[in-house]
Amino acid sequence: MSELTLYDKIWSRHVVKNYDDGDDLLYIDRHIVHEVSSPQAFAGLIAEHRGVRRPHAHIAVADHAVPTRLRSAIASDSLAGRQISHLEANTQRFAIPYIPINDRRHGIVHVIGPETGFTLPGCTLACGDSHTCTHGAFGAIAFGIGSSECECIFATQTLRQRKQKRMRVNLMGRLAHQVTVKDVILALINQIGVSGGVGYAIEYAGSALADFSMEARMTLCNMSIEAGSRVGMIGPDHTTFAYLKGRQLAPDEAHWDAAVADWVALRTDGDAVFEREAELDVSILSPRVSWGTTPEENLPITATIPDPTNESDPARRERMRRSLDYMDLRPGTRLDSIPVNRVFIGSCTNSRIEDLRAAATVVAGRSIASNVTAIVVPGSASVRVEAEAEGLDRIFRAAGFEWRESGCSMCVAMNDDRLSPGERCASTSNRNFEGRQGQGGRTHLMSPAMAAAAAVAGHLTDVRAL
Amino acid sequence: MESFISLTSVAAPLPDVDINTDVIFPARFLLLLNRQGLSQHLFHERRKAAIPERFVLDRPPFEKAQILVAGRNFGCGSSREQAVWALADFGIRCVIAPSFGEIFFANCFRNGVLAVDLAEDPHRRVMSAASTEKPMTVDLESQAIRLPDGESVAFRVDPHRRRALLLGLDQIGSILADDIADIDEFERRHRASAPWLHLSPEKFSGVANAAKQGSHE
Repeated sequence: MSELTLYDKIWSRHVVKNYDDGDDLLYIDRHIVHEVSSPQAFAGLIAEHRGVRRPHAHIAVADHAVPTRLRSAIASDSLAGRQISHLEANTQRFAIPYIPINDRRHGIVHVIGPETGFTLPGCTLACGDSHTCTHGAFGAIAFGIGSSECECIFATQTLRQRKQKRMRVNLMGRLAHQVTVKDVILALINQIGVSGGVGYAIEYAGSALADFSMEARMTLCNMSIEAGSRVGMIGPDHTTFAYLKGRQLAPDEAHWDAAVADWVALRTDGDAVFEREAELDVSILSPRVSWGTTPEENLPITATIPDPTNESDPARRERMRRSLDYMDLRPGTRLDSIPVNRVFIGSCTNSRIEDLRAAATVVAGRSIASNVTAIVVPGSASVRVEAEAEGLDRIFRAAGFEWRESGCSMCVAMNDDRLSPGERCASTSNRNFEGRQGQGGRTHLMSPAMAAAAAVAGHLTDVRAL
Repeated sequence: MESFISLTSVAAPLPDVDINTDVIFPARFLLLLNRQGLSQHLFHERRKAAIPERFVLDRPPFEKAQILVAGRNFGCGSSREQAVWALADFGIRCVIAPSFGEIFFANCFRNGVLAVDLAEDPHRRVMSAASTEKPMTVDLESQAIRLPDGESVAFRVDPHRRRALLLGLDQIGSILADDIADIDEFERRHRASAPWLHLSPEKFSGVANAAKQGSHE
């Protein structure tokens, strides 16, 4: 029998039928619904007089457009307010479980899926959001889709899909002090490029993984899409099972042992073949920051801005010029000399409890620079409550940070949290695209510890030297 | 879905690489609930910044272009289908690039927009033909692009997607018509082999709507 990968095993379990052109009809166990990509999908169902096949295979929450300062600030006649009330009405109409914005389970889709136990090893999971690859950290095939595909899942619980090629990323060694998994994924994207993973489902493997918590694994898988891969996944192990046990939607006692036995068997076989392999020694990495407008354009904090004239590929050279122009940066500038006036700690990449702990450790006993406005936005109400129980909110507030309610916040510029033109932000989010954090805003991506250090210093800085 | 068989139009050249869907359709306009009329926000920042020389899609003859020839990794990033709706609303029915963001690529075919990925070399020829401002023909039936100088560039589209575009098929309708018995049967087997994946209303206790009966059955 041929040896199989984690991806192969989960895929084959979910094939409803094979079409003769090589596509499969893939069963989707789980679908997470949010306010931005669902209105047109629901409208499509209603127009065609179609129902939702399995309402309890979905869970809905508003995260992108919600205000994080004052929940009551949401005006029902505003665009954001209408989008949220639309989600409420649609989920009520189709009996889809819905988490209101003031609920103790509220949060970003990619934070609450795992927190509630909705995300499980061995499942297929989709959401109208490209960072759905986050859930692959549990050993699931999880991927982002458009609104039309959301509609297809509502109506049929399936998607017609073509299996992707397999790529393994071997992460070897141990991380040095103040180097995080955010630096690992930034280094990987820099190495393989923003389209390096197009067409592949990535499995992360190697000796470094055993040390990574579920929070770290989620950060890693989350940014697979920034390398072009819709899917990033990790074989489930005791860390995965310990995280899930006892969560509301996870298997209960009667099924737990059988589920774990099943999940263990999903792991990639010893001799399974991947179409592509990449390797990264994580022990030699330093904290990294992005300098351009694609996540690939990032370097160790000790480096200087690169010179486009040294780039041999003309398309990339042109992109670098455009990036530097937008970012208002010049070749040769030291990265650790770049001043920032905004700091954002949050997003589906880095808003979990460990991220907040890492940032709080850096700011404890310090104050943010006078030129900086800084916010911390926990990924969920449950992360916020946990952080408050540990006193992290007091540490952040004492240092001058604002402490907010859960939501996507300044990662996506669809709510009140956004950059003004020309503002420069040290951000723990995932995309430094032009205008991503607000029209004309400039984003530098980094880890929570590095963003916290930038807040204190008032410029990008090496957290190890603070 | 509107069918796509063959199309003759000038093709707007946009050679930049890694154009993401935030650039194609900025996030602040995602608060709109409809899919109509979105072309006014297409490439919003680029179009504003390009004054006075004007962004390619605002420059004659390309303001009437139905074909866009883009650089590699076009449509990377966010899954927002608004990027495709805005392009289609502008009148773009075909995007040609060396590679695409995968979610964007899939979204195109859901909306009657043909996405063609070409190897770098033929892509270069199509890009340079686009800049001549003369019309070219994209024919899905024969899977070929006829350039203004008469040269023909072959492309390949996945057979199912090709058929769906040629006939304007609704994918959800096809699954509901042809595959429901298979899905029913699959669900029975799947539930027996992994019962924990089946979530009952009781598991969702305390979550809104969980105990409700929907309008679905």
